[in-house]
Amino acid sequence: MSERGEGEAAVVVARGLTKRFGDFVAVRGIDVTVRAGESFGFLGPNGAGKTSTMRMVSAVSRPSGGELTIFGLDPRTRGPEIRARLGVVPQEDTLELELSVRWNLEIFGRYFDLPRALIRQRTQDLLEFVQLADRADSRVDDLSGGMRRRLTIARALINQPEILILDEPTTGLDPQARHLVWDRLYRLKREGVTLIITTHYMDEAEQLCDRLVVMDHGTIVAAGTPRELIDAHATREVVELRFDDDEGDLNTLRDGGRVARLGDLAERVEVLPDRVLLYVDDGDVVLSAVHGAGIVPASALVRRSSLEDVFLRLTGRTLVE
Amino acid sequence: MSGPPAHVAPLGGWSRWQRSWWYHAVVYAQTWRGSVAGAVLFPFLFLVAMGVGVGHLVAHHVGTVGGESYLDFLAPSLLATTAMQLGSDESLWPVLGAIKWVRTYHAAAATPLEPEDVFVGKLSWVLTRGLATSVIYTAVIGIFGALHSWWALTLPLVGGLVTVAFAAPLITWAARAQSDGPFVTYYRFATVPMFLFSATFYPVSAYPAALRPLVQIAPLYHGVALARAAASGHAQLGAIGAHVAVLAAMTVVGVVLGRRAMRRRLVD
Repeated sequence: MSERGEGEAAVVVARGLTKRFGDFVAVRGIDVTVRAGESFGFLGPNGAGKTSTMRMVSAVSRPSGGELTIFGLDPRTRGPEIRARLGVVPQEDTLELELSVRWNLEIFGRYFDLPRALIRQRTQDLLEFVQLADRADSRVDDLSGGMRRRLTIARALINQPEILILDEPTTGLDPQARHLVWDRLYRLKREGVTLIITTHYMDEAEQLCDRLVVMDHGTIVAAGTPRELIDAHATREVVELRFDDDEGDLNTLRDGGRVARLGDLAERVEVLPDRVLLYVDDGDVVLSAVHGAGIVPASALVRRSSLEDVFLRLTGRTLVE
Repeated sequence: MSGPPAHVAPLGGWSRWQRSWWYHAVVYAQTWRGSVAGAVLFPFLFLVAMGVGVGHLVAHHVGTVGGESYLDFLAPSLLATTAMQLGSDESLWPVLGAIKWVRTYHAAAATPLEPEDVFVGKLSWVLTRGLATSVIYTAVIGIFGALHSWWALTLPLVGGLVTVAFAAPLITWAARAQSDGPFVTYYRFATVPMFLFSATFYPVSAYPAALRPLVQIAPLYHGVALARAAASGHAQLGAIGAHVAVLAAMTVVGVVLGRRAMRRRLVD
C-alpha cells in the first residue's frame, strides 16, 4: 500500500475481515495491515463500517468472517491477552461520572491488574500529560467535554498500551480542545505508540495519519498516504464558487448551461447544495477564465485539494452532512 | 510476536471478575451517601412499628402466631424481603444504565475483562451487599430479642441467598433489556405483591387452601420460610431443602443465562 514503515512488524493484519449483524453486513471483507509505530486512519462517513471495524480490531467484537490477528494473536481465543496491550478511546467517553478523575484512572488501572502504587504514579504522570493535574479530585460530572475527552485518553494509557485505538477522538470538541488532543497524540506517536484512528474529519486525517483507508458502505474504496490519495483522486487545486442569488440554485445553473461552460474550464465539476467545486491544476488561472466567461459568483475561493475532495470523488458524497 | 512485555504482565494477582467486583465496591464506597445509616435505621423503625406495635394488638386479640410472638414471626421476613429488595434495586436500573446510558460496562469490556467477568463481578458485589445488610439486620433482630436458636447465625447466609436468587435473573433481564419501562411493571406487579403476600405478615395457613399454592410458588415465600426457620430453629429438614433448592435453582439459571446475555450485549 505504501513505502512507509515497510520494515516494521505488522501489529494488525486483517484479510477479508467481515462483520454481520443478522442480515446487515457492516464490514464487507476488508484487507488492512497496520505496522508498529505508524498512525493509521479509517476515514468515512457515519455508517461506513468504521466503528464495527474498530471494535473487531479492539478484540471486543468477534469477526463474522475472514482473518484477523493483533500482535500475531487470534482475538477469538486470546482476547484478554491482546486487550492488555491495547488502549481504547471509544466514541463516547464512558467515564464514571460520579467519581473523581483520579478514581476513574484507578479503576481502570485495576482492570489491568496493576498494583496501586504503580497506578498512583502513572495517574500523576498521565494527568500532567493531558493537562488535568489540577483537576485530579474533581468529579467527572463537573468537567468540560474537552477535559473528559482528555481524561478518556489518559485512561486508555494507564496500561502503557502498544496500540492506542481512537474512535472519533475529537468529534464534538471546540477547535482549541481539538488541537490540544492532536498535540498529545503526536507526542504519543513520537514515543513509538501505534495509533489507529477513525474520523470523519478530513483535517484530522491529514494532520494525524501516516496512512489511511477510505471506507464507504463497509468496503475500502481507497488506501494510501494522505498525499497519495489526493494526487490519485483529486487535482492540485480547487476553485469553490458560491452563488447567493436564484441563479445559484442547482437547476438554474444546469438550465443556464453554466455547468457545461464551467466544465470546459475544469477537469471536473461537483455541484453541491451550497457551492460549486472546480477541480483544476491552477486555480487562479481558472478563476480568471470564469470571470472572463461572464459568470459572476457571489464569492470565490482557491484552495489546495484535501481528503474531502478525495472522498467526494470516490463516493459522490460529502463526509459531514 | 513473543508474549507481552513485562510492563503489562499481571502484577496484582486478582482474577478478572474480582477486579470487576472491586470496581463496584469503589463506586459504592464513593457514592453511598447515608445508605448505611438507612440500613440500620429502617429495620429498627419497622420492628418497632410492626413487630412491637402491631404485635401488641396480636397478643391481645389472637395470642400467638403458631406459638410465636408476632415480633418473632415478623422479624425474619423483614430480613428476607429486604434481601429481595436489594437484589432487585441493584440489578435492574444500575445494570441497564452501565450498559446503555453511561456505558461503563463497555469500557470494562475493552480491558482484559470478559463480559462474563463483568456479570460475575456485579453479582458478587450484590451478594456482598446482601450479606453485609443481612448481618446488620440479624444484629438488629437480635437486639429485639427475636432470635431463639444458634441457627440464627445462618440468617446472613439466608439473606445472601435470597439476594442472589433475585439478582442473578434480574441482572440477566437488564442485560437483555432495551428500555427500563418493564422494570416499573415488575416492581408493581411482582415485587410489591410478593412483599405483601409471601406469608410475610401472616402465615400461609391464613389463605384458603386453593390460594396457598399460588403463594408458595413466589420465590420470596421460600426466603421468608428459610429465614423464619433459622431464627426460630424449628423446621423440617425436607422443607429447608426444598426452599434452598428453589432459591439455588434461580441463582444457577440466572448465572448461566446472565453470562451469555452479557456477552451478547457487550460484544456485538
